[in-house]
Amino acid sequence: MTVLAAPARRKAWRRVPAIVWVFLTVPALVEVGMVFWPALNSFYLSFTTWNGLGAAQPVGLDNYSQLFSDDVFTGALKNNVIWAVGFGGLSVLGGLALALALNRPRRGVGLYRSAIYLPMVFSLAVTGLFWRVQYQPDGSINTLLGAIGLGSWEKQWLANPDTALYAVLVAAVWRQVGYVMVLYLAGLKGTDPTLDDASAVDGATAWQRFRYVTWPQLRGVNTVVFAVTVIDSLRTFDIVWAMTAGGPYHSSELLSTYMFQQGFKFLNLGYASAIAVVIFALALVFIITYLVRATREEAAA
Amino acid sequence: MSATLVASPSVDEPVAAPPPRRRRRAWVFHAVMAPITLLWVAPMAFVLLLAVRSFDDVAANGTASWPHSFGLGAFDTALGTGGMARSLWTSIKITVPAVVITLWLASMAAYALSRYAIPGRRAILLIMLAGNLLPPQILLIPVSRITESIGLYDTLTGLVLIHVGFGLGFYTFVLYGFMRSLPGELTEAARIDGAGPVQIYARIVLPLCRPSLAALAALATTWIFNDLIWAITVLRTEAKLPVTAALLNLQGGYVSQWNVVAAASVLAAVPTAIVFFAFQRHFVSGLLVGANK
Repeated sequence: MTVLAAPARRKAWRRVPAIVWVFLTVPALVEVGMVFWPALNSFYLSFTTWNGLGAAQPVGLDNYSQLFSDDVFTGALKNNVIWAVGFGGLSVLGGLALALALNRPRRGVGLYRSAIYLPMVFSLAVTGLFWRVQYQPDGSINTLLGAIGLGSWEKQWLANPDTALYAVLVAAVWRQVGYVMVLYLAGLKGTDPTLDDASAVDGATAWQRFRYVTWPQLRGVNTVVFAVTVIDSLRTFDIVWAMTAGGPYHSSELLSTYMFQQGFKFLNLGYASAIAVVIFALALVFIITYLVRATREEAAA
Repeated sequence: MSATLVASPSVDEPVAAPPPRRRRRAWVFHAVMAPITLLWVAPMAFVLLLAVRSFDDVAANGTASWPHSFGLGAFDTALGTGGMARSLWTSIKITVPAVVITLWLASMAAYALSRYAIPGRRAILLIMLAGNLLPPQILLIPVSRITESIGLYDTLTGLVLIHVGFGLGFYTFVLYGFMRSLPGELTEAARIDGAGPVQIYARIVLPLCRPSLAALAALATTWIFNDLIWAITVLRTEAKLPVTAALLNLQGGYVSQWNVVAAASVLAAVPTAIVFFAFQRHFVSGLLVGANK
């Protein structure tokens, strides 16, 4: 079969009209010029020292060795791990719980769903400002704490190095939960309700039904949610930039914000590129996970 | 891949009357869900309330009090001296061409890859998709340099070009999946009638792709409109900044006038909220790409 197909296939691709090649080449060139070529440049720049003027000086691995003795970098790396776990964990748990609660149609479900996933369409910058308003010293959060007798808990949430990162995290999760909920609602739509009903008839508890019937059917969605969440948490920039810009004293610095400051504030272009390469390396595993998933879906189509 | 056709959870889903056994548990459900939902509604309501108050009221009673005044003065200030009117218009000038060009190029690439025996097409498709998954940080410095060298630094054209390049892979991937699911007989019949590849693309394939194009357009509009990092990487002049970046500048300038900051952030949130409510079904189905099977 394959032997017979081979000449046919060769003929087939010779049958691709010239105009179709143009259809493919133009978009491909735009992407190569705007994405792949710049990405390769970043790798090259990370082995140089450069302030944007004159030529970049090759320095080998200096930038990378410098990174690991840079306290701000290691702090940002640690914050990024906290961020990935906190942002990922909370938004996935919250989104899954809400999806399960709002899965079956009943009165009011549509309203609850809309309210929860509306923030998803706000930009991260808007979300950041919405929450800056809440975190004001005389804002809603401190006022609420005062009203329920927890006045001693009132803080300068964004100006306090102990709370700044978590204050931003809450805002980011607030926006992300709706997104994860939508993904899981779609996943739950794809599960077989008769299995659930059958196990209910057999006397399975709600937890057992979730653990042994629903959860295994969500494997596909889980992969996507997991990959998307981790990639998102490594990309996180806007909301931190809008709320704290990494401060106070780098307490809410993430790799992305530190890279931006090094590159565009201090013009240490080589050093900033090295930070970017680290971000890329951390994201790579998850990018591949997502692509494998996409390939499988594409093959199954 | 039928991801873009998946029925989406939507608000106007008809709800059957609950059976009586369930009705007893309905109040429990609402007693739990209403307070939880309030966590999402309250911050938005709070910002809205703050935005309609006067400066004197906020200064006298604090940001968290009940409104003692009502007016749209803060919106006026934000739109005028705050520059929000200009930056909203700028955002539209960036978003519309970027969405149109991206979808146009992506549909061309998807058409070529899905309907013709191009060697290694699956690899090409995945490489294109991978480009969209890269963290933008790995591109920022070279991209700002490249736009400089081709004379597009600090221009809206440069920013549009980046949005097009960065988004292409994802949209191509989605459209490819959709186009592959179109029955071959449709195009085959047209080919026998003498239609060329361009005609088949424009007259048959594109019109059939309308649902997934709508989903992607809704998604792309919010993504590009909401972008911050590319805008502050490529643009320098304050007068050229889109709404997200202008909002952050305004926050610096009106640091003591929280009612103006609140009004400005409401203004920045409204356009995407409108797109969301107008295209809710499309929007949600667009998000589900890759989440099925």
